[in-house]
Amino acid sequence: MNAETSFAMPTDIQPESKVAAPRPVNTGTADPAWAKLLLIGAALAFMALMLVLPLVAVFVEALRDGIGKYLSAVSNREAWSAIRLTLIVAGIAVPLNLVFGLCAAWSIAKFEFRGKSLLITFIDLPFSVSPVISGLIYVLLYGAHGWFGPTLAAMGIKVIFTVAGLVLATIFVTFPFVARELIPLMQEQGTEEEEAAVSLGANGFQTFFRVTLPNVAWGLLYGVLLCNARAMGEFGAVSVVSGHIRGQTNTMPLHVEILYNEYDFVGAFAVASLLALLALVTLVGKSILEWRMGQRLSRGH
Amino acid sequence: MTAVAARTYAWKRPSVLPGFNLTLGYSLVYLSIIVLLPLAALLLRPTELGLDGFWTAVTAPRVIASLKLSFGASAVAALVNCAFGLIVAWVLARYDFPLKRLVDALVDLPFALPTAVAGIALTSLYAPNGWIGSLLAPLGIKVAFTPIGIVIALIFIGLPFVVRTVQPVLLDLDREVEDAAASLGATRWQNFRMVILPSIFPALLTGLALAFARAVGEYGSVIFIAGNMPMKSEIAPLLIVTKLEQYDYAGAAAIAVVMLIASFLMLLVINLLQRWARRHEDRG
Repeated sequence: MNAETSFAMPTDIQPESKVAAPRPVNTGTADPAWAKLLLIGAALAFMALMLVLPLVAVFVEALRDGIGKYLSAVSNREAWSAIRLTLIVAGIAVPLNLVFGLCAAWSIAKFEFRGKSLLITFIDLPFSVSPVISGLIYVLLYGAHGWFGPTLAAMGIKVIFTVAGLVLATIFVTFPFVARELIPLMQEQGTEEEEAAVSLGANGFQTFFRVTLPNVAWGLLYGVLLCNARAMGEFGAVSVVSGHIRGQTNTMPLHVEILYNEYDFVGAFAVASLLALLALVTLVGKSILEWRMGQRLSRGH
Repeated sequence: MTAVAARTYAWKRPSVLPGFNLTLGYSLVYLSIIVLLPLAALLLRPTELGLDGFWTAVTAPRVIASLKLSFGASAVAALVNCAFGLIVAWVLARYDFPLKRLVDALVDLPFALPTAVAGIALTSLYAPNGWIGSLLAPLGIKVAFTPIGIVIALIFIGLPFVVRTVQPVLLDLDREVEDAAASLGATRWQNFRMVILPSIFPALLTGLALAFARAVGEYGSVIFIAGNMPMKSEIAPLLIVTKLEQYDYAGAAAIAVVMLIASFLMLLVINLLQRWARRHEDRG
């Protein structure tokens, strides 16, 4: 595969411990105990400072004025409309990218044709585009001064500053997730099982749903999980196309920004804590899926 | 058989499997609408400025300052991540310690945590009255609302890239080579410097480039902690947003085109690095 490894495939393929079996002590291959302690200490200290502390800060700041304030901050009308909009946007963007991912992976992994690597490069493109630019490109197309904006406006269709714009920008930033998980996985499976199914009289859909899909189900879930996390948490791209209209085009991350800029820190961190919980759930799900895929892989070989 | 097939198919090898036209056709239409057409719109937009106008737009002092800041801060953050990412990857690959699985999973937090959340959390930590900021303030160090704050945010979002590219290579490393070097009298440090480091070097460079590329375009986690002072702490993506809010579409597009070209160049470099890394592994 080429391009960026934003969410690299599971690194822990082996379900066993990642450390090799105990080895005879040799001063040339065994790290001295002091070096080991120093390195573990440095790694843990760095991660505690850079990763854990910000995460803890979100919850501490959210609960600063007590649980009552927290609950009212996450349950007021504006917070709810932000939560609802986030769910709607992800609910449209993720399935669309899922269907695309399946189509792209089927054509790329199961067939040989020219221009394939160029196609894969194009699919990976959105990962190397800045979130702000991801929003900007849709403003340039559908904005008031965009290519199609005036024509669509004359027909009464608005894209920028509406939910449609949020959905488009979200689709763009999460575009490669499902496809890039599925393509290598389906390539690895080869085409023999599908060819056998077809020669036994199965049609395309039967072949796909009974043969291909069960083989890649965990990888598919993995891609959807990451796609969803990014879709719900995206900030830069949707910020550019949203227009920040309260109660209408405010997703949760945008709502966090507005509250923060109004110095409503408890409110901002309360909504942020919901997003942080989503991140933690995503990490747990990701670990479980990697473990399942690792098991499958080691059974297969 | 492959040779024959390769000679006989024009652009697609014949297959008994169904659905090729449908799935490839749908993929291409979807790709064009979502990715290619909008990117084309971006690349063509600055043409209305003309070459001179484009040059004036991207060499304005405020634009240059923001580009310098974005690329400079990203480079510093990527280098810091290179060092600490290597240590984290090494520790996860080689040592056993309590809660290791949890620590391993936590490395991906910056991927999963929405950038706006990271941004306000880091700001609250490093603000002069924050947990860390209040410790640094007596020493005269200001982090939040300065370029140092930008670097901190970019370190946060870039860390997983280095760890996740180096860690699998470290796990795959053939320990027998280390044994051989040791049996020939190499000390542990010589072994690391002359055997291990050259093997993981391509992966380390790839991780560095990925972290750098991601950091250059980063927006959400930076704007809260940056202070956003024009010429001082205003990153390029923010300047794009500012231009857009002033309805200077062509100006915004001009900066975006410069950044886009830079990231495509980095993509190319990353691809070459990965090819080099693969060759390296194959040889090893």
